[in-house]
Amino acid sequence: MELENYPLGGKALSDKDLENSLFVKHKPSLKYAWDNGVAISRYLAELKEGRIIAKKCRKCGRTLVPPRMFCELCWVPTDEWVYVEDTGVVNTFSLCYINWDASLVPKGKDPHIPAVIELDGASKGMGIMHLLGEVELDKIKIGMKVKAVWKAEKEREGSITDILYWKPLE
Amino acid sequence: MKKRRVAVIGAGITKFVRRAQETGKELSFEAVRMALDSCDMRMQDIDSVTMGTAPDAFDGVHMKGEYLSDGAGGFGKPYMRNFVGGGTGVFAPIHGWFHVASGMFDTCMVVTSEKMSSCYPHPQAAFITIFDHTTEQPLFPTLIWIFAMEMNRYMNTYGITKEEIAQVSVQNKKNAIDHPSAQLGKEITVDDVLNSPVMAWPVNRLDVSPASDGAAAMILASEDVAYRYTDKPVWLDGVGFNLDTAYWATRDLYYPRYVEKAARMAYDMAGIKEPDREIEIAEPYDPFSYKMLHHMEGLQLAPRGKAAEMVTSGATARDGDRPMCPSGGALGVGNPIAATGLMKVIEIFLQLRGEAGKRQVPGDPRCGLAQAWGDLMQVGTVVVMRR
Repeated sequence: MELENYPLGGKALSDKDLENSLFVKHKPSLKYAWDNGVAISRYLAELKEGRIIAKKCRKCGRTLVPPRMFCELCWVPTDEWVYVEDTGVVNTFSLCYINWDASLVPKGKDPHIPAVIELDGASKGMGIMHLLGEVELDKIKIGMKVKAVWKAEKEREGSITDILYWKPLE
Repeated sequence: MKKRRVAVIGAGITKFVRRAQETGKELSFEAVRMALDSCDMRMQDIDSVTMGTAPDAFDGVHMKGEYLSDGAGGFGKPYMRNFVGGGTGVFAPIHGWFHVASGMFDTCMVVTSEKMSSCYPHPQAAFITIFDHTTEQPLFPTLIWIFAMEMNRYMNTYGITKEEIAQVSVQNKKNAIDHPSAQLGKEITVDDVLNSPVMAWPVNRLDVSPASDGAAAMILASEDVAYRYTDKPVWLDGVGFNLDTAYWATRDLYYPRYVEKAARMAYDMAGIKEPDREIEIAEPYDPFSYKMLHHMEGLQLAPRGKAAEMVTSGATARDGDRPMCPSGGALGVGNPIAATGLMKVIEIFLQLRGEAGKRQVPGDPRCGLAQAWGDLMQVGTVVVMRR
């Protein structure tokens, strides 16, 4: 493969080249209204009340969070609704210094601290992704017990962000 | 199932660059032209075309398969797009394998193309849309979060250090110096990796492959047709793909079970009983440095938690006992998602033919493997190749 014989084979443009190139810019403005479905609608309604609800699959015995109307592994409808605790264990975490759009977290500001939290009362390993807060960065450990910090009751709106973050359980 | 043996007979790869002047169509056209030239074929000799390309959100073009079809040579032919996220590049030849193995077609052009740079200023922003819109997106996640959390879990489970993992970046970026398509071939040290900016601890900038534009193409043929065009076919002897649950936070991230299942499917088909002895050379997917290790373990090429030791001992170097990512991988050659996976398959094709030039591993290897991984960290795609 002699790349020089193929003139359309990837000519690198620098940021400076980009200033002098012809291109079209476009910012799409599509809007969506996502139906939350049966299981997640109940999940959100319970979050508004300050509770975390799960669903059981009697076939595999798992307590599923977020709840789902069918067990994706057994491929059967799930069974009863059950509440799980708003405490859990950090399965893993990161200290993230970039924002969702790849921009940098400003110097001196705390990083985002995403974590997988295994909820007490759910099946072993059953975690959700959320954020940690009120914690010293060098004290965070895998296996650490944490508790949800909820928004004030009247500010809750039925969203995963009704939990502000999870903090270490003293 | 009665299936025909499928050969790889030709291949082409464009340069991988951060931002290419060319469109995805133009890059596809050039990769396809290189592949045809490599085995003296014309587009008229191609019976079917399959196009692997990753999220439409990178391009801001919906129905990207259709958008890229002209560059791929798809007009007037049976043409299909395939897409399994980061696993696409190794799924594309599997898709083509079905076309030929089934007896439907004698030849198939497998094209992969990615132009990530269109999403401006950084394609990372497009990745937020892969997360669940209700339970995850309100937290403003980046894709880096889940990699960083997976790496942390992997390190914690086995007591692996960042220093050990950094060696993967050092090895692969060095290997890429010898790849004509490479974006980031470079001699670096473990300290360079550890001192590069922390993006999402434990991931530093030099632990991550770049965003890239590029295309790759490969030609498949049935056994009788293959020998019309080449004396040195390389056989796709095993293909495997597998999907784990999309509730990624509910399975333990330390081990990629879906990669193991995909690999076992391919090994069974190829009659491989002892992969760590029989697979002489491999291209595990390495979009992040720890991922090469994670995947070596899923592929049964290293015992669990022990892949890092193989890198430390030099076993995974080009002149080592079990070369891994001799191309330079996604970390070194670049990572135009779908094209990266096919670049890896093409590397094994060239290595088994003894045509990898400065990258050629010694020992005249006869059996190799390429693997990719993707969707929401849940899909594994594997091909086993022999000459």
